[in-house]
Amino acid sequence: MSKKPTTTKTQVETTGHSWDGIEEYNNPLPRWWLWTFYLTIIWGLIYTILYPAWPLVHSATQGLWGGNPRIAVEAEIQRFDDANAAIEAKLVDTDLTAIAADGELLDFATNAGGAVFKTWCAQCHGAGAAGAKGYPNLVDNDWLWGGSIEDIHTTIQHGIRNAEDADARYSEMPKFGADELLEPAQIDQVVQYVRQISGQEHDAGLASEGAVVFADNCSACHMEDGTGDRAQGAPNLTDAIWLYGGDVAALTETVTNARFGVMPAWSDRLSEADIRAVATWVHSRGGGE
Amino acid sequence: MWDYIKLAVLGAIAVLAAIAANYARDLAYMVNALTVMLAAAITFVWVLRRTDTPKVQPANEYLDGVVRAGVIATAFWGVVGFLVGVTVAFQLAFPALNFSELAHGYLNFGKLRPLHTSAVIFAFGGNALLMSSFYVVQRTSAARLWGGNLAWFVFWGYQLVIVLAATGYILGATQSKEYAEPEWYVDWWLTIVWVAYLAVFLGTIIKRKEPHIYVANWFYLSFIVTIAMLHVVNNLAIPVSVFGSKSVQVFAGVQDAMTQWWYGHNAVGFFLTAGFLGMMYYFVPKQAERPVFSYKLSIIHFWALIFLYIWAGPHHLHYTALPEWASTLGMVFSIILWMPSWGGMINGLMTLSGAWDKIRTDPVIRMMVISVGFYGMSTFEGPMMSIKAVNSLSHYTDWTIGHVHSGALGWNGMITFGALYFLVPRLWNRAGLYSLKLVSWHFWLATIGIVLYAAAMWVTGIMEGLMWREVDANGFLVNAFADTVAAKFPMYVVRGLGGVMYLTGAIIMVYNLWATVAKQPATATANAAVPAE
Repeated sequence: MSKKPTTTKTQVETTGHSWDGIEEYNNPLPRWWLWTFYLTIIWGLIYTILYPAWPLVHSATQGLWGGNPRIAVEAEIQRFDDANAAIEAKLVDTDLTAIAADGELLDFATNAGGAVFKTWCAQCHGAGAAGAKGYPNLVDNDWLWGGSIEDIHTTIQHGIRNAEDADARYSEMPKFGADELLEPAQIDQVVQYVRQISGQEHDAGLASEGAVVFADNCSACHMEDGTGDRAQGAPNLTDAIWLYGGDVAALTETVTNARFGVMPAWSDRLSEADIRAVATWVHSRGGGE
Repeated sequence: MWDYIKLAVLGAIAVLAAIAANYARDLAYMVNALTVMLAAAITFVWVLRRTDTPKVQPANEYLDGVVRAGVIATAFWGVVGFLVGVTVAFQLAFPALNFSELAHGYLNFGKLRPLHTSAVIFAFGGNALLMSSFYVVQRTSAARLWGGNLAWFVFWGYQLVIVLAATGYILGATQSKEYAEPEWYVDWWLTIVWVAYLAVFLGTIIKRKEPHIYVANWFYLSFIVTIAMLHVVNNLAIPVSVFGSKSVQVFAGVQDAMTQWWYGHNAVGFFLTAGFLGMMYYFVPKQAERPVFSYKLSIIHFWALIFLYIWAGPHHLHYTALPEWASTLGMVFSIILWMPSWGGMINGLMTLSGAWDKIRTDPVIRMMVISVGFYGMSTFEGPMMSIKAVNSLSHYTDWTIGHVHSGALGWNGMITFGALYFLVPRLWNRAGLYSLKLVSWHFWLATIGIVLYAAAMWVTGIMEGLMWREVDANGFLVNAFADTVAAKFPMYVVRGLGGVMYLTGAIIMVYNLWATVAKQPATATANAAVPAE
């Protein structure tokens, strides 16, 4: 650069130090910087006087205005709890099947149930309740343990195959392969038979032998026609709706090692009003009976 | 004689590591022990081959070999860290990229995420600090690094920390403390390396030939000393077995959380702020060829910064089990910290007064200026996010991730790139950089990448914060968590693309630096230690 840097003010001196060619100007602190710094300090002192701040030996100053966000959140929750108390009491007192008839109650229960579902149930059943592998779809017409609102309510209260609730719905499919109840050849046959009754592509020869295996081993729970038994949570095998998949590999795995899907009991985690609300919501999704 | 002591120690380490590997109780420990055995054995052979050969230690010449090695390590770990970052960014958008079944979970987000953070902060940032501090302290003290080859021990010891930590994460050795994941034996080794680092740095300052200590060295020294303290206290743990990687923290519950975030915040404060300010205070005035704006400001903001930073940690624990008073103090100190942080920005930017035209002509200066700009922006954003009311919206959201990255990519990354562009021609005695045009490309790719990244995270962060807290007229939550995840998808893709641009820029830089060394004509060496005046 040929031109010297010029400023309107007189040029400040450097400190006279130099390190590897680096010098330092002796400019004063920028005034706006200094005053903003002072202001934040003054603000900080005032804030710590108004709110809980300075630690003492066994406690801390609580501040002139006090307050803390936990109290604020509790008050906010309390406000809604108070507002909802009357209608929640009504929800608990009303017969489950009568909820749908009361427009205001149904409206509340559906709203509340949707929120409960999104918080506690969506992790497994999906945000839209359409389920996933191993987690039943709740919007279709296929129910393992029953689709009436009472059935749904019971399932939510006690859960399925869990250890913590003695009233949990329970059933256990034998591990036909792992426990050597069936020969591998028989498993292949019965898998083809299940493919046949569910209307899928299958080997007719194996399937006809599988019919015998099925009648001897499976029909006690899944019924002779394979339509299942809700009292035992035995799925309907003819509707082509699969919890773990209906292809040959998935069916072979199911027959060989069985499945043991678990759902927690919610009666000690959610209030009765919440359980009724979410039962109403699930029942209203389209598959309710 | 000294060589024989070294051989005995190295031999003993190799044998003990072999024994440890034999009795290892877990895979991570075994692999780490074998790594240590290998490192000790290689060093043993290296020392053995040089035993009793006379060693030349020219006292009036700077020790630049270790700085050159540091430059290479910085560039290497930078690209590795950015690559893992891009990978985890796309894993969040497309979970199939976890390859859970193929890789049996070893490449899951949960394992790669600490790999990314450690690689960029400690491997890339750490090497940048090591090599730049070794360079700067020699130049501004007009003295060769103290302690003979101790600086080389620091360099290789630090690389060993990185390798042990990284392999440990993948194989499951972690104490689950963010930014302090390495297990007890890596912590112990890092402590030894760090004390050696302090000795080299302090020793060089003590034998300096300049009457005063330059401001950059104040920042470097505060970084080295404070990191030592933070590292030791936050990693107080009792090993379950000397032959296993697992250890138990001595603090529990909220005390442990507070210690962790006292550490975590000051890792930002002293590693990523104070240390990098040291870098800024040397490379900006050198590249701009202008005096530092204000000596007075540098003193005031230095002491204010290091005094205030150490109290700001509790703002990471707003709305938790932490007592309210601690939360308040963390917030208040964070806000008072705003101006002391900006002191560094003012000194950096105002140093350019009278040389602003260089922003147009010199892409390296441009890189440094935008770095200081991002520093200013994130040190304003930080205090703002520490305000409890703001934090109740921003906490646990992607806003935090965006904030961290505008600081890390913008400030730490860009100033490091600037320093690398400054150093390579000088360290390898080359006539200038291979291509300023490629520096420009790097600048724009990185800058646009950061903007995409930060903007995407602001959008998703504020969006998910609002979605989480949204309630209907009856007080019921409106959104499921999964709804917020689904809503973030497009922004996650944008963030990933921002990362790709940043990574591409870094790869261009590596090529440019390599070409500078390989293709540019050589100049005369200039590494004699001469006091400035």
